[in-house]
Amino acid sequence: MSVTKPAVPAVAGWFTTDDRPVLLGSRCEACGVVAFPPRSHGCPKPHCRRTEQSSYPLARTGRVWSFTDARYQPPPPYLSPSDPYEPFVLAAVELDADGLVVLGQMVEGCAAADVHVGLPVELVVESLFETDDAVQLVWKWRPQADA
Amino acid sequence: MRDDAVVLGVGMTAWGKWGRPFVDYGVAAAREALDDAGIEWAEVDLIVGGQTVRNGYAGYVAGSTVAGALGFTGAQVATVYGACASGAMAIDHGRAYILAGLADVVLVVGADTTPKGFLAPNAGERPDDPDWLRFRLLGATNPAYFGLYARRRMHLYGATESDFAKVKVKNSRHGVDNSRARYRNEVAEEEVLASAVVASPLHLLDICATSDGAAAVVLCSAGYAARRAVTERSAGRPKVRIAAVSTVTPAFPDTGLGLPDIATDSTAVLPPPPRSFRDSIAHAAYEQAGIGPEDVDVAEVYDLSTALELDWYENLGLCPAGEAEQLIGRGATALGGDAATVNPSGGLACFGEAVPAQAIAQVCELVWQLRGDALGRQHDGARVGISANQGLFGHGSSVIVVR
Repeated sequence: MSVTKPAVPAVAGWFTTDDRPVLLGSRCEACGVVAFPPRSHGCPKPHCRRTEQSSYPLARTGRVWSFTDARYQPPPPYLSPSDPYEPFVLAAVELDADGLVVLGQMVEGCAAADVHVGLPVELVVESLFETDDAVQLVWKWRPQADA
Repeated sequence: MRDDAVVLGVGMTAWGKWGRPFVDYGVAAAREALDDAGIEWAEVDLIVGGQTVRNGYAGYVAGSTVAGALGFTGAQVATVYGACASGAMAIDHGRAYILAGLADVVLVVGADTTPKGFLAPNAGERPDDPDWLRFRLLGATNPAYFGLYARRRMHLYGATESDFAKVKVKNSRHGVDNSRARYRNEVAEEEVLASAVVASPLHLLDICATSDGAAAVVLCSAGYAARRAVTERSAGRPKVRIAAVSTVTPAFPDTGLGLPDIATDSTAVLPPPPRSFRDSIAHAAYEQAGIGPEDVDVAEVYDLSTALELDWYENLGLCPAGEAEQLIGRGATALGGDAATVNPSGGLACFGEAVPAQAIAQVCELVWQLRGDALGRQHDGARVGISANQGLFGHGSSVIVVR
């Protein structure tokens, strides 16, 4: 049964998995520039030569900047959680702070008709797919409850 | 204008889906370009190949693979890769040799054999590769990004699915008489809108296919062209020169969510640059050529999707932001329209995408247009042509040719 499997992030160090999960970006210790995914090779600002970047929790809410859906199953390395394949919605979300747009799937069960540009969303963590020995987790966007 | 490289010959296979070795296509295009230039392969000082990443080791070293297939002559060789911008990068490399006086004659060639369906990362587990991660974590295919850009256009400018479909209608008409095009049937707006939705708001017929194909150009120095002009086949036909090659990267912070990005740069500390990345691609080319958008007669732009072609109108400065729908609506960018003709070849809509060949194929079409050789799709009196595309991982690509 899947309940006995450990749940692990599908990518290490990009997000937390607590009740109010956040994406973990990096923040330059010299100039304060934030980046996601977190950078291991220094500040993205061209004239900043600092390599030291600290982990930085990004705003966990934002508004949909644009969205689309995947009507056909993407090729590997995407692994579909369902058979037959169920389409999902992808949203690019402008975070309420930090000045960037982050892509993510909308939560399971959300259709393109449920989404519009400007829709307030918040970050959640859901199953991406299951292997024999683990549930792989990923961040997704969910419409805010009072939206 | 500087005494720039001359395009002495062009060659291009038909685009299709045959599954033959990519080198077969590359050799065919190279031979046609050499014949068109009226020179022997042995006269080439440098061959530059656009790399293909889906055809094994021979594809990684495409320049020498084609050179070996033509018969090694001792010419210098380079192979370059910039995703969809590879062809412009290859032309850039060859042109630099000529401008530096290091070569008189350069052969540039790109060829590809593509798999069916979505373009996808090569097999294997590569959790450090952003291109692998966007598929694994998000299922974000190329058409998904095209869908995001298209929806953004609808939100910003009130574009409709009908506006997007009109681009396909125009390009399909342009391609009807182009013997090298893969799709040569006229498509009606209703057919586009009735085709299956792939990545909403985009339908199947809004999105380009992937194709097999090859294109090649022979570049030479102005001095070499002058010496040959009296006797050779090229005598009497308009001399087409390269006026600019832009292969710019984005400037931080880039707000464009280019492929395969999972997020944009942050603008919290530094505001975005005055021009978007795509705007900067053409701007750099115009600056280099010393001309502006008002001078352009024909443009070959990367219509990976119909909606993206509308973005390019604005990126090229053919109209202000938000007015591309008016251009396509009144037929301004169609042959005989009141603006520059866009994608007279039929574009990717009629060709499909053969990654390392495509930016070279764009230049081939511009050269045919400037020579007056574009049978059935000629923009009369074309003197200035510009190409534009963008490759994954921050590759700009724009070439200006003039006569």
